[in-house]
Amino acid sequence: MGKRLARIGLPYLLLLPALALELLIHLVPMVVGIVMSFKQLTQFFIRDWSAAPWTGLGNYRMSVDINAPVGRSLLNSFWVTCAFTLLAVGLSCLLGTTAAILMQDTFRGRGLLRAAFLLPYALPVYAAVITWSFMFQRDTGLVNHVLHDQLHLTSDRPFWLLGDNSFTALVTVSVWRSWPFAFLTLTAGLQNIPRELYEAAAMDGAGIWQQIRRITLPALRPVNQVLVLVLFLWTFNDFNTPYVLFGKSAPEAADLISIHIYQSSFVTWNFGAGSAMSVLLLLFLLLVTAVYLFLTSRRRDADA
Amino acid sequence: MRTNRIAAATALVAALTLTATACGGGSSSSGSGDNSSPRTLTYWASNQGTSLDNDKQVLEPELRKFEQQTGIKVRLEVVPWSDLLNRILAATASGQGPDVLNIGNTWSASLQATGALLPFDEATFAKIGGKDRFLPSTIASAGAAGKDPAAVPLYSLAYGLYYNKKLFQQPGIATPPATWDELVADGKKLTKDGKYGLAVEGGNVSENVHHAFVLGKQHGADFFDAAGKPRFDSPEAVAAVKQYVDLIAKDRIAAPGNAEYSANQSVTDFAGGKAAMLMWQAAGTSLKAHGMNPEDYGVAPVPLPAGATGGKAVTSMVAGINLSVFRNTKNLDGSLQFVKFMTSTEEQKILNGTYGSLPPVKDAQSDAAFSTPELKVLSNVLGSSAAALPQVANESQFETLVGTAVKSLLAAAAAGKAVTDDTVKAELTKAQQQMPAS
Repeated sequence: MGKRLARIGLPYLLLLPALALELLIHLVPMVVGIVMSFKQLTQFFIRDWSAAPWTGLGNYRMSVDINAPVGRSLLNSFWVTCAFTLLAVGLSCLLGTTAAILMQDTFRGRGLLRAAFLLPYALPVYAAVITWSFMFQRDTGLVNHVLHDQLHLTSDRPFWLLGDNSFTALVTVSVWRSWPFAFLTLTAGLQNIPRELYEAAAMDGAGIWQQIRRITLPALRPVNQVLVLVLFLWTFNDFNTPYVLFGKSAPEAADLISIHIYQSSFVTWNFGAGSAMSVLLLLFLLLVTAVYLFLTSRRRDADA
Repeated sequence: MRTNRIAAATALVAALTLTATACGGGSSSSGSGDNSSPRTLTYWASNQGTSLDNDKQVLEPELRKFEQQTGIKVRLEVVPWSDLLNRILAATASGQGPDVLNIGNTWSASLQATGALLPFDEATFAKIGGKDRFLPSTIASAGAAGKDPAAVPLYSLAYGLYYNKKLFQQPGIATPPATWDELVADGKKLTKDGKYGLAVEGGNVSENVHHAFVLGKQHGADFFDAAGKPRFDSPEAVAAVKQYVDLIAKDRIAAPGNAEYSANQSVTDFAGGKAAMLMWQAAGTSLKAHGMNPEDYGVAPVPLPAGATGGKAVTSMVAGINLSVFRNTKNLDGSLQFVKFMTSTEEQKILNGTYGSLPPVKDAQSDAAFSTPELKVLSNVLGSSAAALPQVANESQFETLVGTAVKSLLAAAAAGKAVTDDTVKAELTKAQQQMPAS
């Protein structure tokens, strides 16, 4: 009896440290954040936030009230973030897939090129993005130097970090940063596809496009499912890129939701409102992830 | 083997539980610091010099002097301006902060409202040599009226109009402009051949709000009413902000690219002769670092509207850096000793002399080092035509929101979009509506 209990109990006991850590690292801050979102937490109470007065759903009402500037700008940054994420993840996957397939063939200098591809992934975020911000400067930056001075593609020097162009700048830097990850993951995925499949297909007379469409892409599907989800979550929540590029207040066209929440919390010192927006964001991301997982697993079942 | 593993797991869980309790139980919200750690201090210095390393080189010899005198070791961390306010907020929320820290004097009332800073009552002031050693206007910008200051002044600064004497000679401009009409007229004469009349730091939120405040005073605008309620979009405030944005939008005497500047590029442009004028706080040291000879530029007060008098004759905000003691300090006595040391007449002369700022301590100001033509002008401005930013609890939100509004207006102007009274008003209204209720 005692032996049986030990056999059942031991796994749970061994899980305990992980559970305790999970509680400490994820659950406690999350609960604290949710509690904060119901409070009117400003600078008067940040030393002892538990003493801040309750406002009920006040912070949530303010966040979603699209007739007032706070809600309106939150909605704007939500749409900006959606568009940004779709574009950045799509382009990263496209670039990553293309590069991974091209790099399958052995040729001279492949190792070197592969290392160069991974460079953006290896560089410290801050150093890489600040370099981009220098390149995007209107009067002294490399981008305008090439576009305007050398190629004469623009009639005037455009601003890249102010106004509507800032969205283009943001997508460019984000894709530059995240496509090597897609490349790396997909390269690993490609190496798992047996070469015989291609040989057999070639024997049957399938061309390169048919091979990609019928063998490579279906075989990569499990990898792609994880890749898209991870890239989506990273890109949607990306804070470093816009913060280093634009500082505390991004132009409206590039006002990502992470920066927006940061601004509500730390620039206007309205920590309660910032928490409410974070909770809303969390709910949205949970929903999207759940739908995505549901759809991909159903497809897998259908395939099987 | 198995018992070992179980023991280890139990120990780990126990340790984690302890840590959790320690974290959760640490919310001691009352009282001020103790003296449980009397031999060391942590000091967060704001970035005053040309770089963070430059600040370390300036401050470390002084800190060693303090250590020799008192035996207290000071650990220095220089914090860039852009990070300072967030770092202070994080320290306030966690209670884990430095013992002594620099704050921007305009944030005094906001940070005072958090209750994280030690109030300087009469008894505390007595420990550092008394309140009367400081200039009254600098004490007035160390906290809300009617409350014990949350800080003491350390470095004082004021805005002046810097002008390039050589560039002024070419079109025959004899004296620096005293009114805005003159500034715009001179600026137009000076704007040619890729050079501009004036350089502005349009991407810098603090710079923007300082100019908006001074111009606001000149137009008779107050950004907060007597009850402390925000009034960002009054017709006077709209006129003031529009006048500033028009330097790029309508007058075109500042380069559109200036809308992007936030790393002191306007100082570089002025020092390099790309712009003939610059409104800046004590730019002397930076200009020297950029290789500009002090004889080549002059300093005058920032222009006024023609005939401005009384409360409208404001040419600068009361700028400066204050020194605060974190209430949670583990070395209260040592912290106050350090404040006394840093505000002593001798240290005031050394530090302000190096940084090119003005000492807020009366005895130090009489030193010959502070009677250069530049500092004489700035000292006069500080004494006669400078006004403190509103000392209200929501000041820091005002700074960031209005400063950001001006930044986006300048960006729109730079991109060639029309800036009208209505667009200015809309931006300012939006900023006001984002103010949290207090």
